[in-house]
Amino acid sequence: MLVTCPNCGPREVQELRCAGETTKRPTSTPTVRELNEYIYFRRNVWGTQREWWFCRTCEDWFMAERHTYTNEVEKTWHPEKSSASRKTLDGAT
Amino acid sequence: MRLSERPGERIDRGKTLSFTFHGKHMQGFDGDTIGSALYASGQRVFSRSFKYHRPRGLVCCSGHCANCQMTVDGIPSVRVCTTPLREGSAVKGQNYIGSLQHDLMQATDKFAGPFTPPGFYYKTFIRPRKLWPLYEKFLRGAAGLGPLDPNGSRQERVDVENRHTDVAVIGGGQAGLEAAIAAAQAGNSVVVIDEGYDVGGVLLADRDGIGTAAELRRAASEAGVEILAPAIAIGLFEQGMVPVAYGNLLIKYRAHRVIVASGIVEQPLVFPGNDLIGVMLPDAVRRLVNGFSIKPAERAVVLTVDDRGHQAAADLEAAGVEIAKIVDFRNESPTIEAQGKGGKVAQVSISGYHVKADLLVMSGSPQPNYKLLAQAGARVAYDESRGVFIPTDLPANVEAVGAVTGDVGEPAVPSPILDHRGDKCFVCFCEDQTTKDLKYAIAEGFDSIELSKRYTTVTMGPCQGRLCHTNSIRVYAKTTGLDENTIGTTTSRPPYTPISMGLLAGPPQEPKKRTSLHHRHKDMGGIMMWTGAWRRPHSYGPDAGAEAQHVHEALGLIDVSTLGKILVTGPDAGAFLDRVYPNRFSDLKVGRTRYGVLTGDAGRIMDDGVVARVDENTFYVSATSTGADGVYQWFTWWNAVWFMDVEFANMTGALAAVNVAGPHAREAMQRVSDDDFSSEGFGYLDAKHVTVAGVPTLALRIGFVGELGYELHFPGSLAEHVWDEIFEKAADLDPKPFGLEPQRILRLEKGHVIVSQDTDSESNLHEAAMPWLVKNDKEFAWVGKWATQQVADRGLKWMLVGFESPSGAIPVEGGQVVVDGVSSGRVTSVRKSVELGKVIGLAIVRNELAVDGGRFDVQVNGRPTPMTVHLGAFYDPAGEKVKS
Repeated sequence: MLVTCPNCGPREVQELRCAGETTKRPTSTPTVRELNEYIYFRRNVWGTQREWWFCRTCEDWFMAERHTYTNEVEKTWHPEKSSASRKTLDGAT
Repeated sequence: MRLSERPGERIDRGKTLSFTFHGKHMQGFDGDTIGSALYASGQRVFSRSFKYHRPRGLVCCSGHCANCQMTVDGIPSVRVCTTPLREGSAVKGQNYIGSLQHDLMQATDKFAGPFTPPGFYYKTFIRPRKLWPLYEKFLRGAAGLGPLDPNGSRQERVDVENRHTDVAVIGGGQAGLEAAIAAAQAGNSVVVIDEGYDVGGVLLADRDGIGTAAELRRAASEAGVEILAPAIAIGLFEQGMVPVAYGNLLIKYRAHRVIVASGIVEQPLVFPGNDLIGVMLPDAVRRLVNGFSIKPAERAVVLTVDDRGHQAAADLEAAGVEIAKIVDFRNESPTIEAQGKGGKVAQVSISGYHVKADLLVMSGSPQPNYKLLAQAGARVAYDESRGVFIPTDLPANVEAVGAVTGDVGEPAVPSPILDHRGDKCFVCFCEDQTTKDLKYAIAEGFDSIELSKRYTTVTMGPCQGRLCHTNSIRVYAKTTGLDENTIGTTTSRPPYTPISMGLLAGPPQEPKKRTSLHHRHKDMGGIMMWTGAWRRPHSYGPDAGAEAQHVHEALGLIDVSTLGKILVTGPDAGAFLDRVYPNRFSDLKVGRTRYGVLTGDAGRIMDDGVVARVDENTFYVSATSTGADGVYQWFTWWNAVWFMDVEFANMTGALAAVNVAGPHAREAMQRVSDDDFSSEGFGYLDAKHVTVAGVPTLALRIGFVGELGYELHFPGSLAEHVWDEIFEKAADLDPKPFGLEPQRILRLEKGHVIVSQDTDSESNLHEAAMPWLVKNDKEFAWVGKWATQQVADRGLKWMLVGFESPSGAIPVEGGQVVVDGVSSGRVTSVRKSVELGKVIGLAIVRNELAVDGGRFDVQVNGRPTPMTVHLGAFYDPAGEKVKS
């Protein structure tokens, strides 16, 4: 499977690390249920999913939109400081 | 027997190659395959079948079936029909007891055969359960393919390569080569992958075709096409990934376009005796005659549903073989039975009329070789008018050309299933499945082709269904009255052909990391051990206890270069560390160090290390040897979200680190440095920039091993110089190196935890006895705060405690803690301390046991042995030594 690192271009998946789908870190003290959902539960969608990836070559993190069935990576980008997700670990909002 | 020299033959009679077959010296020619050389020298038995041990011979001569699998140079299950003959090869048969020619296990065919329908083994050997080990021993030996030598090591090195290409063409027949030439001429880089002994595909069977194939090969080479043969495209994966088994090389091709030109697979006919030696497919005999100039038999009968049989008959006749009879099923449909003698065809009964023959050519309608395409996601539909399965809906960037598209020439007549006598009409040669077995499975209710596949194992053998898929569907159709499209095909999966596990495992090497001081350790007698990917000295002699003792009494040096070393710098550096650590670092004074433990948001302990504040905006973070990369990624990941004004640099590989410890450590440092190492000028837990042996060094005064000590971090390129200088200048202080094992004793005496030795994936700060690290008054919810709080709220269940063994018995690490017969924890570390004169350890125990002087038992040599809880450090609990 090929993933395009925004710095290094298309790379074999072995040269990268997938850190899974993005999650939303609570912004205030969560209930037990909320905490468990954040830590243990994933949407695990069939379709396009937003994920964190780490490139072992340039040692930089980036985000990707990957189709979980076809493994087609539709888009990769570095998260931006200005984005709404700044305060959370969430690319999906 | 070889024919006299024929135009177009691929063998070079001027070049003889020698090889051995079961130790016997044999000869063949350059251009031969192992299979053709054996056949030419009269060998007819090539293998023993999987279940019944029936003798089998060449059937397809094109790498499709598994009837010619032999052990070549120690490698089992090699298809000798496509393996080029090499000088000196050692070839032998497999799956027999006695000899290939006379296999004692053939009794299973004579006696057990009629009594072993599908499911026989499952049903029979399940009772009594107790006897299974005995059954298993026998059954494992009775069935199977070639054995691997369990004591053998890999003889040949395998390698893995990644390559990129514009176009990958799978199948080097006429269509494939023409496509490759066109693509290359259009400026693309092109590779052709073919499983045969040469490119050419079906052309190689044809007398004139051999010349055409050679011309195409030449034209392709001239156009710049790379040709790999014999090479197996193992599978066809997303984004143009084509892994190729090419000898001892696994090449992972990444192609922009994949062109599948995998051609056809000739299909056998199903009739009694169709697996006898001498029953062959038409192109197989044509390859033997036209390519290898072999006269394959004396007298032949041909059964055919198309013109392929007639072509074979013509070639045989030209080679001097008498054609006794041609049965063309387009004109007649007699009953057929092949009758053998010693496993070889002797005569053919055609509607009761006997014809003597030692060769029986069978030509069923050929099928497109669609396996790779189906495996890549294409749909396979049955075309009733042509009697073939056709791949449709090809995945993106995959094209199909040539016969694989269903263009198999003349409209085919679906091959008849001639199982009128029932017995020994083989559908699946690899797994010894007959039409009777399939009907039996249907009668038992396995009426879907996928279920039947799992129950009978038809199509699951090494031919991967190429010779049995179509016929098993036809048997199903005939038995159930359903049509082929309704029955459908079974799922195709990689690999296309079985390949060796070694090829997938890659080269036989483990990456190893060495520190800058590696050679010093070797010179000083270091006994090296693996710690993760690192090679480190376990100790420098047999007595690790004495080595530890020397640190207590004089001076020891340990190489700790493997520690993770991360520079965290920027205006937000302190605030960042406050977020990722449970404790506070923003208030750490410049020139001071503080211990830190990292947790994830699940509250579990990930890593630990010392953090030093080097200047206002710079922190030097150390991590465990195995955690270095993980911690760096952890930090950068969080900051990919937080965007705090902080930068990270992983200095792990660039810097060496040496811990100089022992009562003489201060004096030793003063010999190699002009900086102030006095108790007042360089206090406990201070961090200072100093110059050691002329080398700029960051020195941390920390006490992991429990004695006065300085951990020196400096450029790795100068590590040997610094190390040598200390040993030389402080020689009178008796410096000695110490390894990991003594360090483990020393730290245990202090009750210091090693993350992942004394903690596991469940450990949290409270239950690892580090509640003092938890600072909940920080503004930002540090990573792990909520889950750590939940542990405190629910109440502590476990606690990491120290213990002593009053009896001196040494439990094993991992040993079970028992109280009143109830499992109550486990030992995580245990060592004998010379300094303390006792056996000490750490254990995770039920929280109620965590009181000083508490007692619990640990099994030692099968006997419960009492242990006493000891809270806090065993050695120097007040820390006077480290602070001295």
